[in-house]
Amino acid sequence: MIWGVLQFPGSCDERDALHACTVASGEPARLIWHEERDLGGVDAVVVPGGFSYGDYLRAGAIARFSPAMEAVAEFAAAGGPVLGICNGFQVLCEAGLLPGALLLNESMRFLCRQLDLVVAPRDASTPPEGGQSNERREGVRLSIPAKHGEGRYYAPDEALDELEANGQVAYRYAPGQNPNGSARDIAGVRNEAGNVLGLMPHPEHAVDPLTGSTDGLRVFEAVAAAGAPA
Amino acid sequence: MAKARVLIRPKEGILDPQGKAVERALPALGFEGVEHVRVGRMVELEAEDPAQLGELCEKLLANPLIEDYEIQTL
Repeated sequence: MIWGVLQFPGSCDERDALHACTVASGEPARLIWHEERDLGGVDAVVVPGGFSYGDYLRAGAIARFSPAMEAVAEFAAAGGPVLGICNGFQVLCEAGLLPGALLLNESMRFLCRQLDLVVAPRDASTPPEGGQSNERREGVRLSIPAKHGEGRYYAPDEALDELEANGQVAYRYAPGQNPNGSARDIAGVRNEAGNVLGLMPHPEHAVDPLTGSTDGLRVFEAVAAAGAPA
Repeated sequence: MAKARVLIRPKEGILDPQGKAVERALPALGFEGVEHVRVGRMVELEAEDPAQLGELCEKLLANPLIEDYEIQTL
């Protein structure tokens, strides 16, 4: 599987994402410049972290109108797997590819720390991808770093109820570790079809034992498995 | 060209940490009795067709999920 990683002016995590994708799939990932309207036939896409277009106006608000994001929207609509990390999550929310919005951290401080995520069940009624039982996947903890100033996940209460009922909450901060005031401890969500996933913490920084954890690879694997071949 | 001003503020009920921080700073400066401080954004612009401002706000200037906006034509 060939991953493509978008690069906006102001992206800063695209190199780590490239490395993580390459480690996760075993095939070299490619960078995709924001002005490209064609994703070049990649099998999955990362919208990486950083400060796209300086995060002017609102984080992700300008990046969503880039030619590459138009291509990503079409790719996602066709069932292609898309992973948005941090600023990429903000971009996907602004683009309407994921529900909700990310607000200024409750503390108003930029935070940077290693924390635990709990994998939320995708759907209680159907067996998850990979043949694992829900019992084994649910509740698994991943140790992944988070670093952001605007990561407080928000959606209206009714929308949150719906997300939970549909199994669209992908990751929660472990009890007591919600770092930013996110609603219902939500760290990551997926779209209704399940092929687009966004989260605030950075799985691409947790793919090598040298930096303390390789749990980030589980996130790339989950996204790769969730998308239909585009 | 018509001049306009767009006021954008966090929706009612959404925690506004910037407003809270400003509110908490005021008593230290001797300003008592100030409540419900909300911090938003103001955008000034000139438009050939002011009729398009609503759509422009919905699509870019504000995120309608989390923000209310108000257009003032000047």
